Amino acid sequence: MTTKFTKDHEWVRVEGDTATVGITKHAAEQLGDVVFVELPDVGNSFTQGDDMAVVESVKAASDVYAPVSGEIIEGNGSIVDAPETVNDGPEEGGWFVKMKLSNPSELDELMDEAAYKEHAANS
Amino acid sequence: MSGMGMTSEDSRGRKAGRARCLWETRVSDLKQLPLDGLHRELGGKMVPFAGYDMPVQYPMGVKEEHLWTREKAGLFDVSHMGQAVLSVEGGSHEDVAALIEEIVPGEIRKLGHGRIRYTLLMADDGGVLDDLMITRLPKEVGHAGDLVLVVNAACKDADYAYIEKQLGGRATLSVKDRCLLALQGPKAHEVIAELDPEASTMPFMSARVTQLAGANVMLSRCGYTGEDGYEISVANKDADALARKLLAHDDVAPIGLGARDSLRLEAGLCLYGHDMTPETSPVGANLTFALGKRRREEGGFAGAERVLRELNNGCGEIRVGIKPSGRAPAREGTEVKLEDGTTIGRVTSGGFGPTVGGPVAMGYVQRQHAEEGGTVHLDIRGKLHPAEIVRLPFIEPRYYRGPSK
Repeated sequence: MTTKFTKDHEWVRVEGDTATVGITKHAAEQLGDVVFVELPDVGNSFTQGDDMAVVESVKAASDVYAPVSGEIIEGNGSIVDAPETVNDGPEEGGWFVKMKLSNPSELDELMDEAAYKEHAANS
Repeated sequence: MSGMGMTSEDSRGRKAGRARCLWETRVSDLKQLPLDGLHRELGGKMVPFAGYDMPVQYPMGVKEEHLWTREKAGLFDVSHMGQAVLSVEGGSHEDVAALIEEIVPGEIRKLGHGRIRYTLLMADDGGVLDDLMITRLPKEVGHAGDLVLVVNAACKDADYAYIEKQLGGRATLSVKDRCLLALQGPKAHEVIAELDPEASTMPFMSARVTQLAGANVMLSRCGYTGEDGYEISVANKDADALARKLLAHDDVAPIGLGARDSLRLEAGLCLYGHDMTPETSPVGANLTFALGKRRREEGGFAGAERVLRELNNGCGEIRVGIKPSGRAPAREGTEVKLEDGTTIGRVTSGGFGPTVGGPVAMGYVQRQHAEEGGTVHLDIRGKLHPAEIVRLPFIEPRYYRGPSK
């Protein structure tokens, strides 16, 4: 199981051909209190970099981009019902969607945890 | 994801159009508040707003700061706002009031000593240039005719130039470089009373000149949150000590611009530049309460022709409260539509109301669709979300109305 990160502050955790996607702890802290989440429908497909979900905090609305290409196989209903779950555990219970990877080689372009930490500290 | 950091373009060079914040402005030549050091010491996250480096939030976070202010007392530094005194050499109150009444539609002549009025700075075409507070100095101060004006930070230079242009030669406008602190919330009166016992029975919209913790201040019972509270005008040199004295109280926490915005939105109060622009008239902005009764009859202020006409005939679109029925916040710029997709208006302020516990908004809709209880639709990311036209404010204001009997 590997976790990769995008420069736009999404994380993606891969098990087999399934990827769990969310926003990073750094992103959640920057957003502040999350008050609304809009997730894509199961069955929709996205290309890496597409607008995939929306997260709104008390401050602003932000798009969440697809960190990799693939089809949505599950959405995390608990963050829709209780958006604060994203702040409580952005990299655990606050995950956004699970995707079936269509191009696993895209993972190679993403950052590992150490590289992301450095990126986040400078962004 | 978009909207991280202060740039309006993300790393792919795309416009992150949805990541608008009220505090995103140009980052250049930022002025520092006299209390800048204190804000940083308190962990304030500083952002550019109206040309100033301002705390948007403290470590407590916007939502908790909002709720704290509704339950206890929040301290806001609003020193970016403009404070100025309008006077006529040797003139009486009537002299100064008659002059300012040329450019504001409020009843200023009959304003009593130590009383405050909310009014509007008017352009000749009936548009609103700013909203402002005008205070007639308390009797004990002397300077019989002087009026204190408090105007919006983003408008202050333009306001001063306009007032000079309209009244120059007949009145003197002197800009005061002072701090303005606001203590807002149900505990504010207890906190202030520990420093000035007489403050707790001051009427809403009144001012007194007094001392707080050794500092000479003008204390005004007013605010921008829908709560009871005070604004404190204090010399820059005394502001830090006074702010620290207030913050030392268990019920007081520092509150940033983020919560200030959600508090005023729930209270149904306009933010100039968003809910009002130079194109907006007082009637369209639904601020007819700010037009004095005599002024409506007599006119005699800049833009009176349009204002009196609209008072009689109504105007095309009007500011209303909009309560989204679902959970999606409708931000500024969201189009208000009918179910068939016809655009009938737009959101001018919108977001999440922590006290309401859901999304709240205000905006302008065509008069025939402005009736309370009516259903409208908000175009959020291309999908129509139902919402209701509601009476403002979203919360019950708790302004002080006098000692309980």
